[in-house]
Amino acid sequence: MMRHLISAADLTRDDAVLILDTAEEMARVADRPIKKLPALRGRTICNLFFEDSTRTRISFEAAEKRLSADVINFAAKGSSVSKGESLKDTAQTLEAMGVDAVVIRHGASGAPYRLATSGWIDAPVINAGDGTHQHPTQALLDAFTMRRRLVGRDAGLGKDLKGKRITLVGDVLHSRVARSNVDLLHTLGAEVTLVAPPTLVPVGVDTWPCDVSYDLDRVLPESDAVMMLRVQRERMNAAFFPTEREYSRRYGLDGERMAKMPEHAIVMHPGPMVRGMEITAEVADSERCTVIEQVANGVHTRMAVLYLLLGGNEPAVTHTRPNDSESK
Amino acid sequence: MDSHDTNEPDVARPVLEGPDIARVLTRIAHEIVERAKGAEDVVLLGIPTRGVFLARRLAEKLEEITGRSIPVGSLDITMYRDDLRMHPPRALARTEIPGDGIDGRLVVLVDDVLFSGRTIRAALDGLNDIGRPRAVQLAVLVDRGHRELPIRADYVGKNLPTSLRETVKVQLAEEDGRDAVLLGAKPASA
Repeated sequence: MMRHLISAADLTRDDAVLILDTAEEMARVADRPIKKLPALRGRTICNLFFEDSTRTRISFEAAEKRLSADVINFAAKGSSVSKGESLKDTAQTLEAMGVDAVVIRHGASGAPYRLATSGWIDAPVINAGDGTHQHPTQALLDAFTMRRRLVGRDAGLGKDLKGKRITLVGDVLHSRVARSNVDLLHTLGAEVTLVAPPTLVPVGVDTWPCDVSYDLDRVLPESDAVMMLRVQRERMNAAFFPTEREYSRRYGLDGERMAKMPEHAIVMHPGPMVRGMEITAEVADSERCTVIEQVANGVHTRMAVLYLLLGGNEPAVTHTRPNDSESK
Repeated sequence: MDSHDTNEPDVARPVLEGPDIARVLTRIAHEIVERAKGAEDVVLLGIPTRGVFLARRLAEKLEEITGRSIPVGSLDITMYRDDLRMHPPRALARTEIPGDGIDGRLVVLVDDVLFSGRTIRAALDGLNDIGRPRAVQLAVLVDRGHRELPIRADYVGKNLPTSLRETVKVQLAEEDGRDAVLLGAKPASA
């Protein structure tokens, strides 16, 4: 059984569909006068954020509180925390305080895996984004948004995204969102195409379960959803493209390009958006753009993940990679 | 909830058949109208899975009797169960509260089998988070006894004295393809 959620690639198709179905029920709580469920009463969850985050941290906190968990927020920003021993010290401190689960965001790829498998801590670990590696709950909320918009709110229950054509555009190299989405969308049966300048396509992409294209205009008419990725300048240590203007002309989404998409197709963005860079204000503010919806869906999806991992005496989500689950 | 046991008992004896269930529901509908003085503010909430089908059937009967449409919904009790921490998390079922809500209304909870009473306790907790009904009543198809909490039903289809070694299984056409209440024996190994 899976105790941790480290990577979207760890989820089976049935696990992912169960999470999406549960999220759909969680979404209905948002319409109630009392937006609270008792499922995690008496459980303490620590949000361990070594890296900046607005929506993911607040989203996790809202999800935890709606499930009645006790929440401890730990922001490591500004401290001289580096990988390795200090993560160990932090983990052991949390363990001593009796934390029941850890939600971790870390700048170093693999930090959540290390925390989950090192034996420093007994609690389940949920990856809230690590370096350029994975951000599984983002992929789940994206899949939830796609299923709602492309299949239907009730019609989607129990279904995956078979045959849906999803295009991810932009800074794939630095994007954990792209990696998680490729893994999960493939599991759910969607056909994924990455579009990026050659300098922002990672080495080894040919082993990923997706297509790669350098021509956005050719891919757009065949997409059910187009996800624009933020150009992550804080992770860039070299010149990946000549000018911002050239980047947005070739890989940015403006109104003219959006018109080439099929009528039903949606525009997604994990946020935060850089308006004028990968997406114009016209597109960002249009009806077809699901950015705000994705934020709301993030709370529902994270509630589902927390409930399924922590709500019972053992997790309800199975595991496919045996070497991860051996941490006790 | 043990009425949904998946392992079929060896010999299950039907104690109610399709026509019996229809008659019983008609009687309960009349009782609701009588006790609620016309059932004007009644909201029916079924407890998934089979309670929801029973609630819908009851609503149809009430509509025939009163000529008015009766709000009907569902109340999932999964997260309010007292044994939540003793099993892997269960898949959630749908909670659907009718548009006008339950504040100030007479809520009739509908379930298939009343046994320990723990499901109903969980349902009462769940209602608490949704609103404040004028009163809450309980309608069940079968009361098999063995209560573990001070809870009783207001409307009972059939009182069925059972031993703890027996199983009661309700089948409804919507879910199982036929209407029946089956009394069987628990597998000896259990």
